[in-house]
Amino acid sequence: MALHAKKAVGRLSVHVYDAPVRIWHWVNAFSILTLALTGYFIGSPLTSVSGEASANYLMGRIRFIHFAAAQILTVLLILRVYWVFVGGVHARQIFYMPIWSGRFWKEWSHEVRWYMFMGRQPRKHPGHNPLARFTMFLMFTLPLFFMVITGFALYSDGAGRDSWEYVLFGWVFSIWPNSQDIHTDHHLGMWVILIFAIVHIYVVVREDIMSSQSIISSMFSGERLSKDMED
Amino acid sequence: MATAETFYDVIRRQGITRRSFTKFCSLTAASLGLGPGAANAMAEALQTRQRVPVIWMHGLECTCCSESFIRSAHPLVKDVVLSMISLDYDEMIMAAAGHQAEAILGETRAKYKGKYILAVEGNPPLNEDGMYCIAGGRPFVEKLRWMAEDAMAVIAWGTCAASGCVQAAKPNPTRATPVDKVIHGKPIIKVPGCPPIAEVMTGVLTFIITFDKLPELDRQGRPKMFYSQRVHDKCYRRPHFDAGQFVEEWDDEGARKGYCLYKTGCKGPTTYNACSTVRWNGGVSFPIQSGHGCIGCSEQGFWDQGSFYDRLTNVEQFGIEANADKIGLTAAGVVGGAITAHAAATVIKRVTTKREKTEAQHGQETPS
Repeated sequence: MALHAKKAVGRLSVHVYDAPVRIWHWVNAFSILTLALTGYFIGSPLTSVSGEASANYLMGRIRFIHFAAAQILTVLLILRVYWVFVGGVHARQIFYMPIWSGRFWKEWSHEVRWYMFMGRQPRKHPGHNPLARFTMFLMFTLPLFFMVITGFALYSDGAGRDSWEYVLFGWVFSIWPNSQDIHTDHHLGMWVILIFAIVHIYVVVREDIMSSQSIISSMFSGERLSKDMED
Repeated sequence: MATAETFYDVIRRQGITRRSFTKFCSLTAASLGLGPGAANAMAEALQTRQRVPVIWMHGLECTCCSESFIRSAHPLVKDVVLSMISLDYDEMIMAAAGHQAEAILGETRAKYKGKYILAVEGNPPLNEDGMYCIAGGRPFVEKLRWMAEDAMAVIAWGTCAASGCVQAAKPNPTRATPVDKVIHGKPIIKVPGCPPIAEVMTGVLTFIITFDKLPELDRQGRPKMFYSQRVHDKCYRRPHFDAGQFVEEWDDEGARKGYCLYKTGCKGPTTYNACSTVRWNGGVSFPIQSGHGCIGCSEQGFWDQGSFYDRLTNVEQFGIEANADKIGLTAAGVVGGAITAHAAATVIKRVTTKREKTEAQHGQETPS
């Protein structure tokens, strides 16, 4: 019947994102937004407030929000890593890259061509396409771990040498003995993640419009709808 | 049986009363932050132990460590040098000169094998076989290795010895190298700072002599008792930091009110030292108290961290220097621009392909 009506759209639905993955995605997004904002204001504080020091706690509050958001992000990251092992196949995708697979790189170059306006149609991938996976792994997953590790190391500066943060993350100071370097790298990490977010949002909106698959709604429903058009 | 002179003998010989002696012990114990029993332990140690021989060597340095050391107030440096340690060799303040002076090194090495402390101020340059620093006709690095072989422990005075300091700053033409990269297999106590606080220096020596053991060191080899907290943690201006009150300009209202110097580049939050607790010149003041931010002089590579007045390190990319935030913002701007261009190209492409399609469709529809 679909053969007769060319314009009819048959919808195929694939379950891609498990509920924990979706929850992680959105809580993560808001945590990162909070962390980037507060983090920026920790590095470059707002204009001084007047009055007695005892009557104000602006910087303290900003730092508190930063640390609280970081703790939430970390707990969810731990749960997310747990889900890598117990969740579905798509839950694993952005935590490693099959660099040994020839097919991965072939499809990867196809995606690059598509974004360079050299391909007519993007291929369908139920999960992430190889280019997305590549970018997410390098510009999101790895930087996220980097930010958590350097973040806790920096937190141990204030929490003290007896704190569990120092016991677990003090080794960072063996790599960069001067914590100022860690501050600098932590700033760079924020920019990497922010640039990723800009690209990510642009690409999901674009793909949602251009490709024959649902993208944005999938992160709410978990289902990837495939709009089977024409061929 | 002839007994060697103990510390107490020396102290009494100098006309110091027993009362002053106990006072000194309790003061030192208090300044080290030790418990109530420590003063007695200290007195006991000084009455039974012999003075520890110390060899103080100078490599590439500016002598600010010695300058700081001689200003120690608790304990007074006179007490340390004349009564507590036996400073057998120190190019700076010893009376002997020439061959006589150099002979002391060999004597100490033979006589107190494994018992003397080797205190190093400055560091050895390794380029050209160490020719950039020659003292007594031999490259300093050779002398240093030679004396370290039989030392009980090595104290690396100052940032020079601990992590290189200014002579090791980029591009480090003489390849000045911190002491722990040259001497291996000996306990090395790093006492960084440019210079270190006088009381921290004498405090470390007092601890070793009193307890006959080396102080507990942190991950980077610094004594925990003086270097386990940042200047920021005990800074008296910390409430202004938490409140969000900063000095914006050097001559503004905030500067007059003694607000936090974070925005003017204070390195207190990344600097491990005892400045905000022990302070300087007998506890009179410290940089932040005098209105200038900490420059992080006790931290690794502090000369290569860019301006003293910026909180972020300069990041070098293909010759242009900028800080992390400037790089990030520029990159974000470039990516944003690229995305806008890409989106525009997408729209154009879409419109043109649609037109082609509809034209093709029209072409198909008309004949049927």
